[in-house]
Amino acid sequence: MSVFEGFRFRQVSSPIHRLDPRVKFLYVLVIFIAAVIFYELLPLLVLFFLQIPFVLVAGVQRQWLRSLRGAMFLTTFLFAFNLFFGYISPGTILGGMSPLEYAFAMSLRFLVLVESFSIFFLTTSPDHLSLALEQSHVPYEFTFAFTTAVRFVPVLAEEAQTIMDAQKARGLELERGNFLKRVRNYIPILIPLIVSAIRRSLELAEAMESRGWGASKKRTNLYVLKMKEGDVMLIAISIIFLVTAIYVRYFFPLPPLTTIFPK
Amino acid sequence: MIEVKDVYFTYPTGVEALKGVSLNIRNGEFVAIMGQNGAGKTTLVKQFNGLLKPTKGEVLADGVSTRNVSVAQLARKVGFVFQNPDHQLFSETVEEEISFALRNFGFRETTLKRRVTWALNLLGLTEYRKTSPFMLSGGERKRVALASVLAWNPKVVILDEPTIGQDHRQKEILRQFIVQLNAQGKTVVIVTHDVEFVAECSPRVVLMAQGQIVADGDAKRILTDPDITLRASIVSPQITQMFRGLADLGLPTDVIDVSEAKKIILEYLEASSVERL
Repeated sequence: MSVFEGFRFRQVSSPIHRLDPRVKFLYVLVIFIAAVIFYELLPLLVLFFLQIPFVLVAGVQRQWLRSLRGAMFLTTFLFAFNLFFGYISPGTILGGMSPLEYAFAMSLRFLVLVESFSIFFLTTSPDHLSLALEQSHVPYEFTFAFTTAVRFVPVLAEEAQTIMDAQKARGLELERGNFLKRVRNYIPILIPLIVSAIRRSLELAEAMESRGWGASKKRTNLYVLKMKEGDVMLIAISIIFLVTAIYVRYFFPLPPLTTIFPK
Repeated sequence: MIEVKDVYFTYPTGVEALKGVSLNIRNGEFVAIMGQNGAGKTTLVKQFNGLLKPTKGEVLADGVSTRNVSVAQLARKVGFVFQNPDHQLFSETVEEEISFALRNFGFRETTLKRRVTWALNLLGLTEYRKTSPFMLSGGERKRVALASVLAWNPKVVILDEPTIGQDHRQKEILRQFIVQLNAQGKTVVIVTHDVEFVAECSPRVVLMAQGQIVADGDAKRILTDPDITLRASIVSPQITQMFRGLADLGLPTDVIDVSEAKKIILEYLEASSVERL
């Protein structure tokens, strides 16, 4: 469950934490777009390392590393699949890379996505997030659903741990068997988790309704988000970054790494 | 059966939950582990089947150190029934639910069928054999969870908060059931807040506070000792409180059992009416 740890917000203050969440989201979005438009290893490596200063300034390196470690399982999975299919149908590989390099690039793309979202969630409090959504004119029902989902991630993670313990105590060995068996080992964990999440959501809905949720149509906020200098700077950085990424994509042929550094 | 040797345990979050706990549970004993929320009760019993491994010290379950074997291997001997049955029920039928652990332990199909039938019968669930566990009431779900553990006949059964969410009748059935299990030689460990329930069962009580064992002995001695109960922030059974209030009359203050209380009061009334005559 360590992957969830990487998305759990802790109340600390740093220049990154104080940024406007809307601007931070823009930044994450730019990284996301950049990671999706590039499939070469070199730009993805650049994207990966470019975010490390952010992590250090925010002082969340420990949790950030943990989220990356948590993402390792899926990354290995992606790597193996891409390598496998790269070998059976080399025609699907873009940019003339070797299957190995391509597999590396695809796994790294995933890591970049995890990394940027992890930075966003590690440095943005759920309250800030809902403010940002609300003040971007997203209907309150959606805002509320979204922030509740984020807020319940740690609760669900804890519950998943309890369920795992309960099933282990009944002799379930998660790490046993071949790949398919291992996937099936998770059924006794997922079903109770889903059932209890549904039950919990019904209870939450009832509790909210009995406390008058949605009674008044118009809502006002105590806090209003305001852009500051740092925010404007990050917007500028993000835009420059996006423009550069698009420029490089369309006007700058990127050779595979193996041709830059021949063996 | 279970030997806890000077065990310390710290959670990854840095919370020190056990600070030097030593405890020896003998074969066939009935033990209630009591204490406030956060005293370390559940952390302690999770050491018994290896769900948590000691940070320092050692736990031996049936002579085997929990460090060296998997939870699944230990579970064969030490059955653990979790507090909330919804954390483990997942099958389409009650029968399948009970078979789950037996399949994990590699029981043969004929033995498995027999054991499932036995467990269903034991907990009065035979009529729900083909019912979905999700359709059952809270108390019934709890019984399914219990049956799913008892089915493989572990030597030790740990019950985490067995009385929570049970009505009076269910509790009474549960009490009789536990006492009966224990009488058949099974080692039973319960973790509970329910002082009245413990007073009625009268097991050996291990009282915990702040990650340490503060008292260990029979229920009567511990639940009636005002100093001990105060230290572990538990409240004596109501009957004990009443007798403490009546101490002026020269009645004993170490009463936890209702029928014993009735006898003492009747004797007292008789004696005083004889005096008046």
